[in-house]
Amino acid sequence: MSEQSHTGRLSTLAAALVVARRDFTAILFSRSFIFFLLGPLFMMALMYVAGGVGQQVRQNASRPELGVAMNAADADALVRAQQVLAPRLGPAMPTLVVVRKLQPGEAFDPLIAMKSNRANLAAIVSGTLEKPVLTGPEERIADWQGRVALLTAQALQRGPTDFPEVTLAGIATSTADKTQGQRSTAQIGQTVLFMLMMILAGMVLSNLVEEKGNKIIEVLAAAIPMDAVFLGKLFAMLAISFVGITVWALVGGSLWVSAGNGLSDYPAPAVGWPAFFALGVIYFAMGYLVLGSIFLAIGSLATTVREVQTLSMPVTMLQLLNFFFANFAMAMPGTWVEKAAMIVPFSSPFTMLARAAQHEGLWLHAAAIAWQGLCVAVLVRGGAAMFKKRVMQSGPAGATKRSLFRRAPA
Amino acid sequence: MMKLGDGPMTSNASGAQDRPLAIEARGLVKRFDGFTAVDGVDLSVPEGAIYGILGPNGAGKTTTLRMLLGIIDPDAGVRRLLGTDRPHEVAHTVGYLPEERGLYPSMKAYEAIAFLGALRGLPLAEGRRRGKELLEEHGLGYAIDRQIRQLSKGMAQQVQLLGTLVHNPRLVVFDEPFSGLDALNQGKLERMIRTLAEKGTTVIFSTHVIAHAERLCDAVAIIAGGKVPFAGPVDVARDRIRPQVRLETRVGDGPWRGALPADARHEGSFWYFSLPETGIEPLLRALIEGEAGILSLSIERAGLHDAFVAIAGEAAARALEEEKEEFRR
Repeated sequence: MSEQSHTGRLSTLAAALVVARRDFTAILFSRSFIFFLLGPLFMMALMYVAGGVGQQVRQNASRPELGVAMNAADADALVRAQQVLAPRLGPAMPTLVVVRKLQPGEAFDPLIAMKSNRANLAAIVSGTLEKPVLTGPEERIADWQGRVALLTAQALQRGPTDFPEVTLAGIATSTADKTQGQRSTAQIGQTVLFMLMMILAGMVLSNLVEEKGNKIIEVLAAAIPMDAVFLGKLFAMLAISFVGITVWALVGGSLWVSAGNGLSDYPAPAVGWPAFFALGVIYFAMGYLVLGSIFLAIGSLATTVREVQTLSMPVTMLQLLNFFFANFAMAMPGTWVEKAAMIVPFSSPFTMLARAAQHEGLWLHAAAIAWQGLCVAVLVRGGAAMFKKRVMQSGPAGATKRSLFRRAPA
Repeated sequence: MMKLGDGPMTSNASGAQDRPLAIEARGLVKRFDGFTAVDGVDLSVPEGAIYGILGPNGAGKTTTLRMLLGIIDPDAGVRRLLGTDRPHEVAHTVGYLPEERGLYPSMKAYEAIAFLGALRGLPLAEGRRRGKELLEEHGLGYAIDRQIRQLSKGMAQQVQLLGTLVHNPRLVVFDEPFSGLDALNQGKLERMIRTLAEKGTTVIFSTHVIAHAERLCDAVAIIAGGKVPFAGPVDVARDRIRPQVRLETRVGDGPWRGALPADARHEGSFWYFSLPETGIEPLLRALIEGEAGILSLSIERAGLHDAFVAIAGEAAARALEEEKEEFRR
């Protein structure tokens, strides 16, 4: 105790980092964080498996087979014709399955064959090549009539024999496709942003309850300004969020790529993928901080987990409302609705991310980020002042237990 | 709004003449939903002093300390802590042990100390090193790597106490530091407070156990009902009430009875009364001349408890006794 003290006055930021470091470490190495990480991963794995199974089912269901019941020569000719046309017509050409090669004079009832257990048999071609009969459900046979005619014509060698080489001069996308694609990217971006904030903001809401339970808040409030406490908690939760997002993105991205997807399959956002991702990170951080500061202020007034749960509902509804507002604004570019959605700090990150997908130019993003940063600062200060005013006034017996739902005893 | 002077604050009311003030408060007021918890408190705590704030629970002790530390702001009045009216500016030179102790349960003991130091600007690595040293020094070396949740309440309290001091503060504020400690650890804490004061650290603590204040403090403030009816040296507080005389006589009655003060009360063969303002000699003369047959006579200087009763009033004293009883239970 006799040593020279090396302490110096902490700036608000330095004090916030002390709180953030403690919170980050404590949350990162807690059991609940492991479960928190695993939750969405389980969901992703489930979606991946379900998606795979679904795709297999769809593939099987979407490639029905066309049965052939003709005499051997006709059946073989039809199969050869299918082999000639299939490479040129692709999936439009059905797969042929010879159900039966009929002996001369043999009777065949396609209805009975259709009712038998060939599950993927969509229709049956019978009769002769000159007079083919297509038996099957009405909506199917009407659709396949032309293709069966083409097949039989080819089998009878009345079809084209020479197929000229067509040179392909492709363009990535048309203007209409591009606009539509970028709108999809904007919508996906907004939804991902919203989902992440929904999942992660709940953690902020309950964060100060732990502090109040431990009664450490008194020690914090005596040592550093309440602004620093709030900021530190927000930083910690943001860092934790990035850890979660990184893990989820790595796992989800691996699954996505392993399923044969790639970014090139999707229309690039107007600002380009790197800038879009960078803006996504920034807007997530800003949205999280804006909402988090509100949550922290409200959560700080709750004394129990039950109260936190009660408070979560209206807050979640508010988030949903902001998401819808931003979504609505996306469909009305250049109107006052979009401008309002850009300015309202709660919807601004969603709106601006959608804008990044649809419109070039970064200066508006710089302005929006500065505006959102200002809102964070104001909200943190307001939240801290509210916390100090409403919660830190323990004074007479029982007043430390005051909450949003209880008045302090006089 | 009241203002304190910008010049160096010095003491003149606590027996530490001309020492700069570590704490000065004038007219502090705090209200909670219409209830006035602190009502015009004035305090002057000289640097290096051990200063006690006495009063029953609900008297306003904790609220006063919290206002001084900047945890809450006063509704009226001014405060200065180590020369500034912005307490957080000097937080790195202040240590605070709140009444409701609190540490993170998952932290190891030495990390908890380091964290409390870090909040006061002590580098984390330095705090960890000092935390381990302090725990060893205070016989808690075996608990260095234990989590707070694995410690007893008393041990956790000691860890927090060490965390309060790890950054070598100039001013230490303890709110009810003795509550929750056994007699052995209360003694250790008293010694620690004296050692701190010897090194020049200012110590201010609140308590409702007057014996601690009487043993430790240079000066006290008595708070009752949010007001401070007395603030000053312990001796001055004691002198507020007359010394008590206990007289034993062989004769039960006689003309000498007329010489006894009007407030004298008789219990068994003893008479109890306050020392008359004229002194003991005229009374002695009257007793001898009246042939009272003096068997014994003692004059006892009033204790701080008596002073507290006299100053804070019977009601406050009764509340204090009730709390003490509860504390003992």
